[in-house]
Amino acid sequence: MASPDLRPVRIDALLLAGGRVFDPRLRLDETADLLIGRGKIQKIGKNLSRGFRGKRIDCAGWILVPGFVDMHVHLREPGREDEETIETGAYAAAAGGFTEIVCMPNTQPVIDDRSRVEFIRERSQGLPVSVHPVAAVTKGLKGEELTEMGDCAEAGAVGFSDDGRPVEKAAMLRRAFEYAGMFNRPILSHCEDTSLSEGGAMHEGYASTLLGLKGIPSISESVAVARDLMIAEFTAGQLHVAHVSTAASVRLIREAKTRGVRVTAETCPHYLVLTDDAVRGYDPNVKMNPPLRSEADREALWEGLKDGTLDAVATDHAPHSSEEKDSEFDAAPFGILGLETAVGLMFTHGVHRKRMTLRELVLKMAVNPRKILSLRDARIREGGEANLTLLQPDLAWTVDREAFRSKSRNTPFHGWALKGRSMGIVHNGQLVLNP
Amino acid sequence: MQLKSRHLLGLEGMTRDEILLILDTAASLKSILDRPIPKVPTLRGKTVVNLFYEPSTRTRFSFELAEKRLSADSISFSASGSSVAKGETLKDTARNIEAMKVDTVVIRHSAAGAPYFLSNCLASSVVNAGDGTHEHPTQALLDMMTIREKLGRLEGLKVAILGDILHSRVARSNIHGLTTAGAAVGVCGPATLMPLEVERLGVRVYRRIEEALEEAEVFIILRIQLERQKKGLFPSLREYRAMFGMTRERVDRLKREITILHPGPINRGVEMDSEVADSRHSVILDQVTNGVAVRMAVLYLLSGGRGKFEGEEHGQS
Repeated sequence: MASPDLRPVRIDALLLAGGRVFDPRLRLDETADLLIGRGKIQKIGKNLSRGFRGKRIDCAGWILVPGFVDMHVHLREPGREDEETIETGAYAAAAGGFTEIVCMPNTQPVIDDRSRVEFIRERSQGLPVSVHPVAAVTKGLKGEELTEMGDCAEAGAVGFSDDGRPVEKAAMLRRAFEYAGMFNRPILSHCEDTSLSEGGAMHEGYASTLLGLKGIPSISESVAVARDLMIAEFTAGQLHVAHVSTAASVRLIREAKTRGVRVTAETCPHYLVLTDDAVRGYDPNVKMNPPLRSEADREALWEGLKDGTLDAVATDHAPHSSEEKDSEFDAAPFGILGLETAVGLMFTHGVHRKRMTLRELVLKMAVNPRKILSLRDARIREGGEANLTLLQPDLAWTVDREAFRSKSRNTPFHGWALKGRSMGIVHNGQLVLNP
Repeated sequence: MQLKSRHLLGLEGMTRDEILLILDTAASLKSILDRPIPKVPTLRGKTVVNLFYEPSTRTRFSFELAEKRLSADSISFSASGSSVAKGETLKDTARNIEAMKVDTVVIRHSAAGAPYFLSNCLASSVVNAGDGTHEHPTQALLDMMTIREKLGRLEGLKVAILGDILHSRVARSNIHGLTTAGAAVGVCGPATLMPLEVERLGVRVYRRIEEALEEAEVFIILRIQLERQKKGLFPSLREYRAMFGMTRERVDRLKREITILHPGPINRGVEMDSEVADSRHSVILDQVTNGVAVRMAVLYLLSGGRGKFEGEEHGQS
C-alpha cells in the first residue's frame, strides 16, 4: 500500500517547465524546459511547451538535479516490518527527495546470501525509488566466516558491510578486502572499537559527565578508522567509512587519501547540525551510534566535506518503534530517521549558511554515492534516463513527524523550521510529487 | 517562598535560595523527630509511591519514615516484587500508578534520567531518589544539612569529595549543591574514575589525597565498589586504600578538626578505616537522622508547602 497522498504517476509524457537545470558533472546550469517521455529525457531546451500534450509541471523557482542517493539506510524488512518495510522506506525516500537508496543488511534474518539479496530486489520492483542491497561481510554478522560475496554481487549487492557492528577481527577484515576486491565491491565499514565503546550511550565529554550517562569516547571510532585504513592500504582494498562522526577520523582519512589509499567516507546530517549538548533532556531521539559529538568534531566534519575528505552525505536512516524509543535513555535502541529531513537540513544548515555550495550538495548526495558504489550514471542529458530530484531551495517548512511516510517517528528534528526541500522525484518512469 | 518546580530531579540548575529553603525547612522539621509522638498531619490525604528499581535499604527506609512522619499514605514497590519482571515498561508502570491517583512518585532507578523521563509522562510530582550515575539530590541535601549543622555555614567552606567520582551520583549532586551554596569543592580519586572535563562542573581536581588533606576541612568519602576492579578501573583494594583511603594514620597526622561524611554503606578498611568512621570527626550517623528531615522537607515543599515549616500543626493523631 502506497502512502495515501503520495501517488506515483506513470509518465509517458512529462514537461518540467522553466526550472533551473543543474548538473555539475556536465557543467550544466541553465533555466530550461525538460521533456521526458518513456522514462527518458527526450529534450532539454527553451519553449518546449508549444504543442505539448501531457503532464506539465511549472518548475519556476525550482532546481532540477540528478536524483539524490542515500547510500546508508536501514529498512527493517525482513524481520521488523512494524518499524519499516521496503515499500514504506522507499516512499519515505521519495518524499525526502531520494531516487535511489542503499539498504544495510542487518535485518532479521541478515542479508547474507543470494536468496536474501534477491528478496530485497524483488520486493522493490515497481517502486519509484531504486533499492540497492548491501550484503553482509560475514555470515549472520558474526565476524567468523565470509559470505558468498561472488554470488551476492552477481545477484545485485552493491557493497558489503556488517554495519551496526564492526568486523572485530583484523584478520577477517583483511580477508574481506581481498575477497570483495575480486568483484570490485567496496567494504562499507562501521568503525568502532567495542572494547572502548562498550556500555556507552552517548559521546564521552562534558555532557556525559553532567548527565551521568556512560560515554562512548571519540577514540572508539578513530582507533577503528586507523586500523581499517591500514588494512585497506595493505590489501589495496576499497574502503568506505560509514557515518564519520569525529575530527580525528576526518584527519586520518584526509591523510590516507593523500597517500593514495582507496578510501571514501560519508557523514550524516545529524552530526553536522547537532552536538552532544542535545542529549541534555535525555530524549532517546538523539541517541544513535556513533553518538552526537562535540562542537569541535562538528566543525571538523564541515571542513572535511568542504575539502573533499568526506565524499558523501548519507542519513543512516534507522527506524525504531515508539514503544522501544519511548523509554529511559539507556534502554532505548540506537538510531534515528533521516530520509525525510536530510535535504531540508543540508539546505538550511549547509547551502543557505554558505557552508557548502549547491554544486557540493549535489556532489555529496547524488554524484559521489553513485561513483563509490558503481551505480548507473544519472546525468541530465538528452537520451539519458530521467533520474531527477526536484528541489525548491527557498521553501520554508516545519518538520512534522506525524506527516512522515516512514512507519516510524524517531526523529530529533520534529518541529524544526527548515528552508529548502524536495518537491518530488522522477525515476523508474514514475513521477512522485509531494503534496 | 516556594520551589519553582513541582519535581526534584536534581540539584543542577537549582538556585541557592531554593537549596537554602529546603535546608531551613528541614532544620525546622527535624524537631518533630524528637517529639514523644513524632508525627504531624501535614500530608494527610496525600499519596506517595516509592518506586525502587534498584536495591536500597537506607534511602527507602528514610523516605518511608519521612512519609509516615508527615502522615502521608505511602506504598513501596521494589523491582523484584513488581511487574518489572514481567517486562512492563517504565512508562506503563508509571501510568498505572498514576491511574491510582498518586500525588508524588519517589523513584530510584539504575538508568540516568529515568526520573526526568517519568516527570514528562506523569502529572504527579517526581522525586529522584538516585538515578544511575546521574544525581541523588536528597543525599546531597542531607550532606549539606549535616555540614551546615556542624560548621554553621556552607559558604566559603572547602569540601573534598574522595573516591569514584565517575560512577557517583552522590558526587554529582554534591558538586552542584555545594558550589551553588558557595562552597569550594575539590574532587580526588584515581584518574580512571574521574569523569572527562570534570573541572567544568566548577570543581578543582586534587591529584593526590595529601593535597586534599592539606586544604579541605570537610571530606565526603565515597564507597568504592569491587566490581570496578573487575572491570579494570583500578588494580586492587589494597592499592586503593594506600593511595586514596581515609586511613587512621592520615587523619592522625592532620592534628586538626575535620568533618567526615560517607553516604554509606561503608567498606570499613577500604575507603575509610573503622577508627575514622567512628571518630569524633565523623558525622555519619547525623547524616542518617538528617536524611529523614530533608526528605520530609522535600515532600512538604513539593506538595505546595511555603516557606519555613513552623511546626505549628500540633494536632498529632
